[in-house]
Amino acid sequence: MDIAVKDGKIVEKVDERKAEVVDASGMIVMPGGVDIHCHIAGAEVNSGRLLRPEDHVKDVEVKTALTRSGVGYSIPSTFTTGYRYSRMGYTTVMNPSMPPLEARHTHEELDDTPMVDKASYPLLGDWWFVLEHLRDGLLEECAAHVAWMMKATKGYAIKIVNPGGLEAWGFGRNVKNLDDPVPHFNITPKEILRGLCKVNKLLNMPHTIHVHTNNLGKPGNYITALETMKCVEDLAEEGRPAIHITHCQFSAFKGSDWQSMSSGAEEIAKYVNHHNHVTLDMGQVIFTDTTTMTADGPFQYGLYELTGNKWVNHDVETETSAGIVPFRYKRKSAVHATQWSIGLELALLIKDPWKIYMTTDHPNGGPFTAYPNIITWLMSRAARKKTMSKISRRARRKSLLPSIDRELSFYETAIFTRAGQAKALGLTEKGHLGIGADADVAVYNVNPELVDSSKRYKTIRRAFKRAAYTIKGGEIVVKDGQIVRSVFGKTFWVDVKTSLPIEVNDDLKRKFREYWTVEYENYPIPDSFLHVPAPISVKAEV
Amino acid sequence: MITLYPKRFFKFPVGAEYISPDVFAEKSTKEIATLQLWEGNRRRTISDLFKIKHETGSPSDEVTIRICGDVSKVRKIGAKMSMGNIIVEGDAGMHLGEEMNGGVITVTGNADSWTGSMMKKGTIEIKGNAGDYIGASYRGSTQGMNGGKIVIHGNAGYEVGCFMRKGLIKVHGNVGRFAGIHMRNGTIFIQGNSEGRAGAQMINGKIVVCGYILSILPTFTIDDIRPKVKVNGEKVEGPFYRFIGDLADEGKGKLFVSKNRNPHLSSYEEYL
Repeated sequence: MDIAVKDGKIVEKVDERKAEVVDASGMIVMPGGVDIHCHIAGAEVNSGRLLRPEDHVKDVEVKTALTRSGVGYSIPSTFTTGYRYSRMGYTTVMNPSMPPLEARHTHEELDDTPMVDKASYPLLGDWWFVLEHLRDGLLEECAAHVAWMMKATKGYAIKIVNPGGLEAWGFGRNVKNLDDPVPHFNITPKEILRGLCKVNKLLNMPHTIHVHTNNLGKPGNYITALETMKCVEDLAEEGRPAIHITHCQFSAFKGSDWQSMSSGAEEIAKYVNHHNHVTLDMGQVIFTDTTTMTADGPFQYGLYELTGNKWVNHDVETETSAGIVPFRYKRKSAVHATQWSIGLELALLIKDPWKIYMTTDHPNGGPFTAYPNIITWLMSRAARKKTMSKISRRARRKSLLPSIDRELSFYETAIFTRAGQAKALGLTEKGHLGIGADADVAVYNVNPELVDSSKRYKTIRRAFKRAAYTIKGGEIVVKDGQIVRSVFGKTFWVDVKTSLPIEVNDDLKRKFREYWTVEYENYPIPDSFLHVPAPISVKAEV
Repeated sequence: MITLYPKRFFKFPVGAEYISPDVFAEKSTKEIATLQLWEGNRRRTISDLFKIKHETGSPSDEVTIRICGDVSKVRKIGAKMSMGNIIVEGDAGMHLGEEMNGGVITVTGNADSWTGSMMKKGTIEIKGNAGDYIGASYRGSTQGMNGGKIVIHGNAGYEVGCFMRKGLIKVHGNVGRFAGIHMRNGTIFIQGNSEGRAGAQMINGKIVVCGYILSILPTFTIDDIRPKVKVNGEKVEGPFYRFIGDLADEGKGKLFVSKNRNPHLSSYEEYL
């Protein structure tokens, strides 16, 4: 079977005499990889880079005629990030958690991340105006405001991190459950989630709300994760997801303290298997030295107290917070090994690969360069068993993994790493090789008909580490794991068309003057600011 | 023995991680001559910068590299070496013996900063003075010197043994401020004076100051007066005040300070 490409799109056929031919016989051809959640740019990531010189010194990339120099490891510099994704056959990367105030910085870094298409999700779950509008029940005003924010920050989806908790963190507090009111706002996390879920629907956003749950990283938090999913159950339209729970592994802990901490993956998987309104991503943990960074300030503070490592904590004015702590996941730590197990349990126990996607929540669970390892764990029982034999005995005893026989096929892996993610994101031209799709193709040098993926997992890992070819927008950019051409990717953003033009009222302008360090006039990012803007127009119901 | 003579004074830093017995072992003069290193932003070979004299001894001899002349701009001499000897007759540059894993480095002149940083095994002996961050960790890292021995006959600069985890640093002369900062374990033995703030944020380990110290950090508490103290099997006659700290980091490190040389610290005795 041949795939024809013309002008960056997949077409029915081209003139074979004139076309350049890539021989992929005996190889596996997939759409270009899509990553739904990966912190690769922005003020937070950059602070992480500044914080960790010792992380960079061990992983240096020398410049070549085509590529620029850079450093890794857990927080690679922008260019290196692009190259490394491309070498693994990835072509679309989503940068979650962009504080709206730092949108300009985020987009500058994204513009400097070559080889991949990208987008960014502004953090709106603790944004003062959203909280005020939702408290007063002004859903349509809230929707109009979110639409303006998407335009102003060039955002793609509504990101909610620890709803209410970040605002409470500004006063040194946190919220404990979905019904715990946020200080000074008299609104609960549940109301924020439901409100923004409704707003998301009113605006017809391509992606659902993208939620980092409350109580993240605390034993017993699987109940919070389940409640979060349940609280928007009635808002879902038939067959369409209404909520995306991101890095679910960190929200699937059972037990009352770290001693009794165990996996809550079974309960979450059971719920997700019976409901269609939820999508998840793994947030898989890799045993390595990495840098954790989230907008969840209170969680990061807890992590600092746990490790005693150096740390950064930040309150982004009226918008959100942030924290960074370097962290090492150790095989012999029962908690870390259980976390490793939870991620894989979730992925394997949830039967439908269209509902859960592969991420490491880069760099929180580990750098994205570990994706080939995760693929082998999912595709091969033997690979899991091998890692299993090296982890903490206590974690091994408690783990559900030995009882799971499922091994993903190549087809399921393709859904897991690209098609499912593209569908959840509403990127209609990504994640498939049908006619009209973007010509983003990854070719891996492994023959699915000859190689037994469950036994020859090392071959699989090698193949996914270095794509034989990566084709981006119809151009060959990687050959045999080497960059052969450097290209700019597009930056997607959602241009919400409301029935009436969005008017920014004087109240907002006044508040900018009173509360922000940035003037209202300087706040929105013009379209011309982006290198290759790719607005996606949606028609809103307001 | 391989002797290197610098052909000229180096104005720009030279990155010389290849000047190491591990790399030179079993290489002919010609092969050594073509090893590449950087001078500033220019790529050079060893023969561009050094005159090489190769005297073949008996094969059982350990590889010895002698550098005669001023190599104070040459960095990372003996980095990651695991055996053999390096003798620098003159001054050595920064990062001498970085991540060293065995063998002996001797410098007859002065050494610069970061000497023996992150080293694990082996011995470094400096006849002259040394710079800052002796036996320290890489910037931002918490993995400092993790074994081996550094002996400095002259003075050392600031932050001796930053994040040190194991091993011994012995300074015959004086040290600058913050000796043993962030120390996790190991021993720092200072025969001369300290500029103060010794042991800031130390968690464990031992610092011995035989000379004058301006003051002890307020987060240290006096514990005892000891007649003598043991350093690496060797007994050092005191008496010494023994302080415990850094309490700000719940540390249990021991800071020994000579009683006789520090009469201004006698006021601590009333807390015993």
